[in-house]
Amino acid sequence: MRRYTLRRLLQAVPVFLGTTLLIYLMVFALPGDPINALAGDKPVPESVVAALRARYHLDDPLLVQYGKYMIGLLHGDLGENYDGQRVADMLAGRWGVTLRLAVTAWAFELVFGIALGVWAGLRRGRLADTLVLGGTTLLIAVPVFVLGYGAQLLFGVRWPVFPSAGTDEGWPVGYLLPAMVLGSLGLSYVARLTRTGLAENLRADYVRTARAKGLSRARVVGRHTLRNSLIPVVTYLGVDLGALMGGAIVTEGIFNLPGIGQQVFQSIQLKEGPVVVGAVTLLVLIFLVVNLAVDLLYGLLDPRIRYE
Amino acid sequence: MTHLRNVAGLTAIMLTVVTAAAACGGDGARSGDGTFVVGHAEPDHLVPGNTTSSYAFDVLSGLFENLVGLTKDGKTVNQAAASVTSTDQKVWTIKIRPGQRFHNGEPVTATSFVDAWNNAAYGPNAYEANDYFSHFLGYADLNPEDGKTKPKTDKLSGLQAVDESTLKVTLSAPFSQFPLLLTYPAFAPMPKAAFTDLKAYENHPIGNGPYQMSGDWQRNGAIKLVPFAGYTGTRKPRNKGVTWKSYSNADTTYTDLRAGRIDIMQTIPAAKVPEAKRILGDRFLTRQMGTTDYLGFPLFTGRFNSPDLRRAISMAIDRQGINKAVYNGDYIPADSLLPAVIPGHRPNACGEACTYDPAKAKQLFDKAGGFKGTLELYFSSAQPTYAQWMQIVANSLKQNLGITDIQFRQIPAADYFSTLSKKAEKGPYRQNWEADYPSAQNYLENMWGGAGNKMGWKSKEFDDLIAKGNQAGSEQEALRFYNQAEDVALREMPQIPLWTWAGQGGRSKRVDNVTITAYSNGLLAHEVTVK
Repeated sequence: MRRYTLRRLLQAVPVFLGTTLLIYLMVFALPGDPINALAGDKPVPESVVAALRARYHLDDPLLVQYGKYMIGLLHGDLGENYDGQRVADMLAGRWGVTLRLAVTAWAFELVFGIALGVWAGLRRGRLADTLVLGGTTLLIAVPVFVLGYGAQLLFGVRWPVFPSAGTDEGWPVGYLLPAMVLGSLGLSYVARLTRTGLAENLRADYVRTARAKGLSRARVVGRHTLRNSLIPVVTYLGVDLGALMGGAIVTEGIFNLPGIGQQVFQSIQLKEGPVVVGAVTLLVLIFLVVNLAVDLLYGLLDPRIRYE
Repeated sequence: MTHLRNVAGLTAIMLTVVTAAAACGGDGARSGDGTFVVGHAEPDHLVPGNTTSSYAFDVLSGLFENLVGLTKDGKTVNQAAASVTSTDQKVWTIKIRPGQRFHNGEPVTATSFVDAWNNAAYGPNAYEANDYFSHFLGYADLNPEDGKTKPKTDKLSGLQAVDESTLKVTLSAPFSQFPLLLTYPAFAPMPKAAFTDLKAYENHPIGNGPYQMSGDWQRNGAIKLVPFAGYTGTRKPRNKGVTWKSYSNADTTYTDLRAGRIDIMQTIPAAKVPEAKRILGDRFLTRQMGTTDYLGFPLFTGRFNSPDLRRAISMAIDRQGINKAVYNGDYIPADSLLPAVIPGHRPNACGEACTYDPAKAKQLFDKAGGFKGTLELYFSSAQPTYAQWMQIVANSLKQNLGITDIQFRQIPAADYFSTLSKKAEKGPYRQNWEADYPSAQNYLENMWGGAGNKMGWKSKEFDDLIAKGNQAGSEQEALRFYNQAEDVALREMPQIPLWTWAGQGGRSKRVDNVTITAYSNGLLAHEVTVK
């Protein structure tokens, strides 16, 4: 298992290099000039444009630009955006917001998704099951911005149970409503995966054997069936945690949460190469680590799975 | 099974606790401490010379006080200056009002202005408002044409601190509008403390205005301003502070205004205006604005050479109809090149040429020999409304003039201005002008002047009249020349005026005396009272 972990971590190095280059090329290929966009429609003198181009190496050939960026990166310098803000500071400021939102949404998915799934799975074909299946279908079908604006108007303005937007109230209060909106899709998948896995496995031979041995129902369901049924759920939750960390452009926008998703979106529009590359590279790394953790977790859930 | 029931029960309890906790932290949290909150978009910079963004001006106008300021109706009034005088409109002597201090206790002297302005005008610093210093003598030495060579000096030769309280400014050409130019936020003073570390200064700007920073600039969060006890000027705050809160999305800003989480929003999104009028009632705030939309003709293409053709297109556009369809009838159809809030605006100066008259338009169109080939219409993606009204313009041109082959060219907002600068457009294009300072010269010279207009229109007559206005000894005389120049531009019509924007904001029940001007001073935060 140690060798496996090491191998996976080493694999991350070429992935890291590949993504940075690829993203750099993609941002470079975007139409438009980042310097001309800076001052809007007020005139900018040639001397200012030239100074900015020189400051951010924009006149160098693409590969030289990329090389300079990578050298900076190896020294722990993520560079600056075209407003002169350090990318490291920008990401650090936004990272906390995204992390809080993602973890809250994820915890919401995990707790309520599995709980609903178990509830429905144990009552297959009965009212509870129908309710969960119908409700989750609805949540999957409704686009997130409808859900977001709807929840905001109902629970932020009409009946102000939650703050309508912003992070003034801090964690957790300021993050609950957006996390529920953001997590509703994942919750639906988790509930459905748990419900189906549980309902299927409850009919398996080993469950009948366990029952015949006279084990308590809680032990049969909790230890024998649920643990086995959770493998697809864990896979989904792992991938989803990675995705949630990537920021949620729509949810962050509706609830005015200055997270990483918003930053990447704005920076792509402004062609701020260093910001986009920095943020996305970080996301790729997180995604790799989370995936590794998920793979290692399989072994805990199902002892038959071994990594060499 | 019992253990599963427990899980469900626990879950229910958690949900309740969480909801209750949320309820505690909700709306009631905003205490009556005499401060108020304004929602806007994030400023780009807070160093005065390094921004042209109105969101930065929102904050800067509280933190800083220029030599000259503006009243509600756009008249100049001395603020940090005791007097601004000139005999030839070229050499200006400015006396600074004694006894003023920066928020850190430093006295405001002539040097505070000299240092700040040299810093902003120096090319390699790449400040966004650099161009506003181009009137000063010696500007070219700080900004070499090719932009590559290092400037010989970093001091404007036309800028001189004669003594502690006297500033002498020499311009490269007479400029009668100089006192108005001084109202632009880039002309604020900066303390010595700023120049030791400008990056740190930007996070906590120290100015000489009625408000000072309370804590640092929380990027994408809030900027808290509290009254400055040492302020000696005329804009004494009538409240205990203002917080500028950043939003990335105007719809959410509006939602927060409805939820009572912010007190003032200056610009409500057009789509929400009908609802806002209904919900806010007398708390819905309308104001006149100076921003005017124009449709320019790329004369350099040689396809729009006939003034009759240009006038025909102007007369074929139903300005009021578009206003009703797209802007709820709140905008003001243009009847002159200048908006009503700018001194020198003459009602109906444009006359027949800006009046919707399809029959007359068709007649002029035929007289000009019509238009052959594809007509391409250029606009940016900055606002969805641009595409909406361009569509209506296209329909009018089809119906009224019989131009059938019309195509739309929607350009990403970030590239639009450089497209125009490179003269890459092949057909009529949308452009607007937002006043830097309330002067006819600001509109006419930037949009029609020989040096910078995007049409490729050249008129010596026009340029000479502007130059005469810039040399004029009195405001009346200057206006007379500017109006004559306007008449030249109206006669030739290289760019047709469309409409002037209207500002639509709102306030909460907690605040009153909310005035938002049409100029760079925007919201007069110091006047706002809090219940």
